[in-house]
Formats: sequence, C-alpha cells, structure tokens
Amino acid sequence: MNDQRFRQFQLPRWMLPAIAAVVLVALVGAAARDPVAVRRRAQAASTEASRSAGVALSTDATVVTIDRLLAASRLAAGVEAAAVADNLTILRRLWLALAGTIPSLEEIRRFEADTAPGAVDRALATLLADPRSADALARRLASPLVGDEKGEFIVFRRDRFTTWLADQIGANRPWDQTVREMVSARGLWTDTPAVNFITQAAANGVIDSDELAGRVSRVFLGARLDCAQCHDHPFAPWKQGEFEGLAASFAQAKLSPVGVEDDPARVHRIDRTSVAALATTMTGAGRNVPPRVPFGAEWLGSGGTHRENLAAWVIHADNRRFDRAIANRMWRILFGKAWHEPVDDIPDPGPASSPDDLLDLLADDFREHGRDLHRLIGVIAATEAFRLASSHPDLESAEGAERVTATWGAFPLTRLTPDQMIGAMGATTSLQTIERDSHVLTRTIRFFRETDFLREYGQVVDSQGGSLPATIPQALVQMNGKLAREMVEANLATATGRIAGMARDDVARLEVAFLVALTRRPASEERELLLPLVTLAETKGRGLEDVMWTLFNCPEFSWNH
Amino acid sequence: MPTRLRTSVGPRYEGIQSAPTGRRSVLLAAASLGLSFALPALPARAARRRGVERPRSLLVVWLAGGPSQLETFDPHPGAAAGGPTKDISTVIPGVRIAADYPRLAEVLDRFALVRSLVSKEGDHERGQYAVKTGYRPDPTAIHPAIGAIAAHELPATGLELPRFIALGGAEFPSRGGYLGNEFDPYRVFAPGQKGQNLVPHVPVDRQSRRLGALDSLTRSFETGRGEAVRRTFHEHTLREALTLMTSEQLAAFDLDGESESVKGLYGDSDFGRGCLVARRLIEAGVRSVEITLSGFDTHARNFAGHTSQAKLLDPALAALVGDLKDRDLLESTVVLVMGEFGRTPSINPLDGRDHWPHGFSCLLGGAGIAAGQVIGSTDPEGVAKQPTDPVEIHDLSATVLAALGIDFAREVATLVGRPMKLSSGKPIAKLLCGEA
Repeated sequence: MNDQRFRQFQLPRWMLPAIAAVVLVALVGAAARDPVAVRRRAQAASTEASRSAGVALSTDATVVTIDRLLAASRLAAGVEAAAVADNLTILRRLWLALAGTIPSLEEIRRFEADTAPGAVDRALATLLADPRSADALARRLASPLVGDEKGEFIVFRRDRFTTWLADQIGANRPWDQTVREMVSARGLWTDTPAVNFITQAAANGVIDSDELAGRVSRVFLGARLDCAQCHDHPFAPWKQGEFEGLAASFAQAKLSPVGVEDDPARVHRIDRTSVAALATTMTGAGRNVPPRVPFGAEWLGSGGTHRENLAAWVIHADNRRFDRAIANRMWRILFGKAWHEPVDDIPDPGPASSPDDLLDLLADDFREHGRDLHRLIGVIAATEAFRLASSHPDLESAEGAERVTATWGAFPLTRLTPDQMIGAMGATTSLQTIERDSHVLTRTIRFFRETDFLREYGQVVDSQGGSLPATIPQALVQMNGKLAREMVEANLATATGRIAGMARDDVARLEVAFLVALTRRPASEERELLLPLVTLAETKGRGLEDVMWTLFNCPEFSWNH
Repeated sequence: MPTRLRTSVGPRYEGIQSAPTGRRSVLLAAASLGLSFALPALPARAARRRGVERPRSLLVVWLAGGPSQLETFDPHPGAAAGGPTKDISTVIPGVRIAADYPRLAEVLDRFALVRSLVSKEGDHERGQYAVKTGYRPDPTAIHPAIGAIAAHELPATGLELPRFIALGGAEFPSRGGYLGNEFDPYRVFAPGQKGQNLVPHVPVDRQSRRLGALDSLTRSFETGRGEAVRRTFHEHTLREALTLMTSEQLAAFDLDGESESVKGLYGDSDFGRGCLVARRLIEAGVRSVEITLSGFDTHARNFAGHTSQAKLLDPALAALVGDLKDRDLLESTVVLVMGEFGRTPSINPLDGRDHWPHGFSCLLGGAGIAAGQVIGSTDPEGVAKQPTDPVEIHDLSATVLAALGIDFAREVATLVGRPMKLSSGKPIAKLLCGEA
C-alpha cells in the first residue's frame, strides 16, 4: 500500500502540450551543447575555480611518506605495485567517490581537453568545488552519523541534516567545528539542522543516550564502544562502566517545544530490571551514573553543558582517535574499502604517532591542516595507491590476490553503492551532467525513476563491512528493469539515441558508447567483437541499444575499479 | 559476420540462451511473444513429497502497521479497553475472537494463539526489526529476519525459484543481514502476476547477441583481475538470474491454473491473491514466504479501519490454512501471523489507538506447533501494562526456528567474523509439539 505513492500519477490533459513544449526546448538547448559531435568546444573549459585550486599534492611530504610506507610493505611481502591506471580511470574513481556518479561525456571531453600536466589534480579541485560533491559526500556521511532508519518524523529531519552537512562540507568548514555543533547543538530540528544528530536517537519523546554514546564512539572515535553496553568489549579494553559514563554525557539532553535542550537537573540512571532498562529517568530504583570518558579525562571541557564538555573532549587536539576515524572513513569513500574494516572499529592508536601507521600519517596531516576535509581527500587521492590500476598479474591466483589485497598493490574492486549506481545510470542516460540547476522536469522525472529503481534494487546499508555481491533481483533490475530499458532505448532524449544519430560512423559510435558507460575507449579486440552488434543490426538505434545494454550489465560498470 | 557473433558467445551462458531446440529457448520465445498458453504444464514439482516427510517451510503473514489485538484476536467487549468491537465464539471451546473474523473462527484450532507478546520497540521500523529478527536494532550489525534464516538453514534441492520470497509491498523489507544480501527476499510487488523484471526487453536473437557480447566484455575485464572478478560473483549471479527468467517453476506465481472457486475463497484482493500465490510457492518447494498486508496503523478511525482490513484478512487466511491442510502441506509449514506491535487499550480523541508493544497477539500454526491453545491474557480494563504469561519476542523467534527444526542457538560468523546466534531466545515449550 505504501508503494502506491510512487505509482504513475495522472497529469491533466491540458498540461500535455505545455510539457511537450518544455521537452522540445530542453532538447534544442541540449543539442546546442552536444558533446557527441563537438570535441573542440570543450577545449580549455577548465574553470577558474579549478585553476586556482589546482594544487598538486603528489609531491606533498605526507603523500610521499605514505607512498614510501606502502612501497616498503609491498617490498616486504614480495609484491610489485600494479601499473599506474590511466587518467580516465582515475577520473571515474574520483567522480564515483566524490560526486556519487560517473563523469558524463561532457565532463570527459572537458577533462581530455586539458592537456597540461596535472589535469587529474585540476579535475579533483573542480570536483571538490562542485556542490554535487558536497551533496554526495553528505549522503555518504549521513548514514553513519544519523543512521539509515527513518526515525521519528516529528523530531527528525534527515533532509535538513544532510543539506546542512553538505553546506559544511562545501564550505570546507573544519571537521571538528562541524562535529562540535552536532554533539552540542540546541534548538529545533527544523531551524538548527545539526540537532538532528541528537533527535535521530529519539523514540517516544525520549532521547536514547546509549544510542548517541554508541554513535559518537563509532563515528568519531572509530571504536565500537557500544559493545560494552551489555558486556565488556571482546578485544578492546572498553568496560561496561566506561560506556555508561559516555552515555551519561547525553543525559541532560531532552526534547521540549523549543527543540533539544539541556536540563542540568537530569541525571543518567541505570535500571536493568525494567523494560525501559536504559532510558534516562530521574525516578525509580537504580543507580546514578555521572558523565565519564574512557580515556583522556583532561581533555574534557568545563563550564558548559555535559554535551559541550563532551564535544570538546571528542575534538581535542590530543584525541588522535578522532582524526584517525575520519581518515579511515575517507579512505573508504575513495577506495571503496576502508584501511581498517570494519570502518568503525579500528585498532587503538599507539602511545605516540608512528610513521609506520598510515592512519597516524593521515590523521597528523589532517590535524595540522586545521581538520580540512578537502585536503584529506586530496592527500588520499594523490597517493600512489589511489592511482594504481586494478589489474595486476598476481590477481590471477587466489593466493596472489591475498597478497596484492593485503598490501594495496592494486586498486581494489568494490561494488557501487545504490547511490552511485543510480548516479552512474543517470550519467549514462544523458550526455550532459545532471546538475542542481538542471531543468526541474528533468530532475522530477529523475526522482520518480530513482525511487522506483531503488524500491526494486534495494538499499545497501554501509555499516556491514566488505563489498557485497549483487543479488538476483538486482541483476534482474539491471537486465530487464524499467529504468534500464528507458536508459538503453534509442530515442531523442537518451544518449543511446543521440549517439546512434550523430556520431560519424560505427567505430565512433562504439567509442562514444564506451566512453559514456565505462569512461574509456574500447580495446581493439573489444571493438572487433562488439562492432558487429552495430553494423549488423536492423537499425543503428537497435545496434546501439544492444551495445549500451551490454556495457551497462558488465561487471566493469557496477564495480568500482 | 553473423558467424563471428555466434562464436563470440562464450560457454558461460550457453544452454541458457542458445540451444535452438532446448526447452529454455522455446520458453523464451513463447514468453517473448506473450504466448503463455504455449508454456508446458508444470511437470514435476519440488514438493511431490507431502505431509511431515516434506522439508519444512516458513510462511509469515505480516500485518504491517501494528494490528490492534483488541480488534483481532484478543477482544474485550464491554470492558474499558474493548471499545465497540464485538466478539464471536470459535472452534476452540471458550476462546472468542473479534466478530470481524467469522471464517477464521472456524479454523482457529489450526493455530496456537499467543495474546501476551511483549517487545521493547514502539516505532514501526524498529518494531518490525525486533519482531522479524528477534533482536533489537543494532547499529553494528544487521540481523537476518527469521524468513532469511529459514531460507539459509533449510534445504532447497532442485529449487530454481528464490529461496525467500516476499509478496506485497512491505515498507520495511525483511533483510538477509549478516547472512548476506543473497538472503534478502525476492520481492513481488503485485502478487498474482509473475515477479517483476523477469522478461527480457528484446527477442531471443537480440538477447542472445547481448549475452554473447556481455561474455566477451566480462572476459576482457577479467584479464589481469581474474581472482578479483571471480570474487564479485557477477557471473554466478547473472547465471542464476537467467535461470530464474526461464524456469518452469515460475508457473507457481501464475494463478491462471487455479479455479474461480478457489480464487473466490481467498478473496478478490491483492492480499487474497498473494496468499494463494504463497500456497503455490510453498508447494513448489520455496522454503520461506512472507506476505504483507499493510494498513493496520489506525491512529484514527481504528474500528472502521480494522473492519475493512478484516474483510481482506479473514477469508484469505482461512482459505490459506484450509488449503495447506487439504494439500497435506500444513504439517510441513510453520505459519506465523503477526505485526510489529499491538495498539493501546485506550482510545484516543480521533477514535484511534496508538502503538502498544506490551501484550499483543500472534497466531502460530502448522509444523511442530501445538495448535488449539491460547497463551497469556491482557487486562480487559487496560490498567495493567504487562500481560500474564508474557512471551518475549526473542523467545518467539526461537520457537519458530525450533518448529522448523533449525538449531536456533547456532552461531554464525558475520562478514567481519563476529559470532552471532541465530536466536538469543529460548523456545516456549508449550507451543511446540513433543517431537519438535
């Protein structure tokens, strides 16, 4: 019954001519900047932003140290590094990681027109300046920050939170300031979006301190302290009492008509006999637990609310777990796989920062540069490991694959997230990039298609660790689904149709199709094998449909490489 | 040139799309032309064995939104909590259920009725998670729903259909969780029609060319990535999907072979058709089927809302249980009927009832279940929050798994190697027959 929301909606008859006109205008407009035929127009299109921000990090001291560290570990394991990936492959990785989609043909043309050294760095800078990246990164980070549950609509607004987070990321606000606001903000979920971090944990009018303590420890400390909610942590030193103390820091927080407030009179009370064993109450049998942190008590703030004091502790410059946690998470966003999995349960840092610990290297650099997320992304993207090919001679055998994987000797294969899949499908359908300022009709159609698609495709939750193979229903959606058909179909509105109609010959058609779907040109054997699909088809359109279907269903499309 | 195309078809998908006289290509051709009558009749069903000999299956009838125990299986007419709902007697002496369920009343002895379920989750999403998995939501792991556990643990030899199938559009679909997303249910949104996305968009010859080209591209991606690509299971998944697309067993989704009188018994509704499809799927050897009826979240107009739901639920559920019994399938099928929580004894100003995870009801019947009894009771005046003889959600999940013959306390390692018990509860002894 709930699904009926998204079934076809009927438009009044009088609107049809209007829509037809809008579509026509859009098509004419699109044709005017069609990247299929015109390659030269994209020349030197790199924006001002990308020029000014194009800082080459490949010679940066941190990047060099990381490269050396990884080279040494490969040497010790007897693994050679894979060849360096070509620039278009790296561009595809960057787009998937940051913008949650693959580069459109338009972007590819623009990128290839920039022939000066450092084009990848400039492309990265352009991407970081693009609001789509802030949006996509915010969606990725929102999952661990506020969970994937719908939450209680009355007090929790995911969209407000995600938009706010995107604004912080877009403005490159220091990460510690963003986190401080999330942990300590007061006010309404609608006008102070950061408080949704707190209200996500609300159920039946009560804020669940345990849930918040668990979230803070996982996302900001990279430790599953919440295992210690019911028992001591299986391998780390966390004790149940330490978890209770952390949860107590949220005991003052309560919901009121003016939003989230801190009431100094409230205390954290543990009563394990009743059904609501872990709720914060002021009455009944049980014992009071004061706020307490599991380490670094001297970093706690003073004089503020318990939450403000806790926030000061979380982001304290000596709290290396904070920087290591985001470094590990960002590594995962870029590589598809965290340096340490599970991403939220990483080993304790040593007593002092070590040059042999990659997370320490990234964390120190991050802290020294004012907890600059854009720089952290830039540093990871500039490492040699990020730019290695995903193919490697040793990957032919299972045992060789273990060695290569363990030493990051080749770029890992990871499955696209549903968000990336839908983005990549969109980019494959259209030759231009669909942007925030794309026509409202384009975006509306996209929204309904995506909702339908995701209903059938399913949402994969990020927290499980590891990259999961596709399911049978997903394979079926990709082969036979409605969106797949619309995407592959050759007509005036799709890339398929326009490539069929505009490219100069079949070889060029095949090449453009490969660029659109796989961000690369076909190898000569591939050209030989696939060209008959086009040359022998009844119409160019049908031939191109078969090519696009094939590209869209091959593992190269749905696995980041 | 056409020869080249044919040679490019690799061995992987052969037999699935090419063999010119093979059953599959006939099926494909027939399906692509819409000639459903040309499809051969279902020859051999996986479920030829009947009765207790047959491997067990689980059938969950999910009442989404939180059905009111007071308007279904635990009415209290005349008492403070009762509201205007009337009751009727049932085939179990002394046990009365809401008057909206006359047909169910006649077959109630096929079920054990639990009136004292208690959960700790009063939110829809968290509540359904707790009830379906037997665990409270945990941010560090996703527990599998009992339907996924059944699919994982029970044998399914010769089955080409998915092991776990969910019918109807559940807002919060069951998950395979740490068992792997291959144990997510295969979802059919419009029961009575074949599952969605099963028919290729193009005729056989083009499909064949596409698969040939796909094979070439898969090989070229494998170059230098052999083991890494094998670990994606891309080819394996695709092959299973192609097998499903052309399986004779898909006929189980199709109601054309059912007589009008049988269809009439289940009721002319998506839910009724879903229950009939569910019976056919169980018959075909599917190990786990879940069918959802939404619309129980009656914060306003609770009584009218529940009456209209009963018009769908009563005939379909009674017909389903009768049908399973008649076909000797009930002895091998555990049937569970429930929602995420119940509804408050108090009636709000909108004539509605709100969420109530204390003392709500479920029906449990079929294989291994000691049917014909009632467990627990709630306070007719709605004063006492706790029911008598409370049954905790995790104990219910252990009971269902035990009835299926599954070692419910077995530990399974998650993807990151964390050991997890299939169920943390203990089976309720009196709900189980001696042999289970």
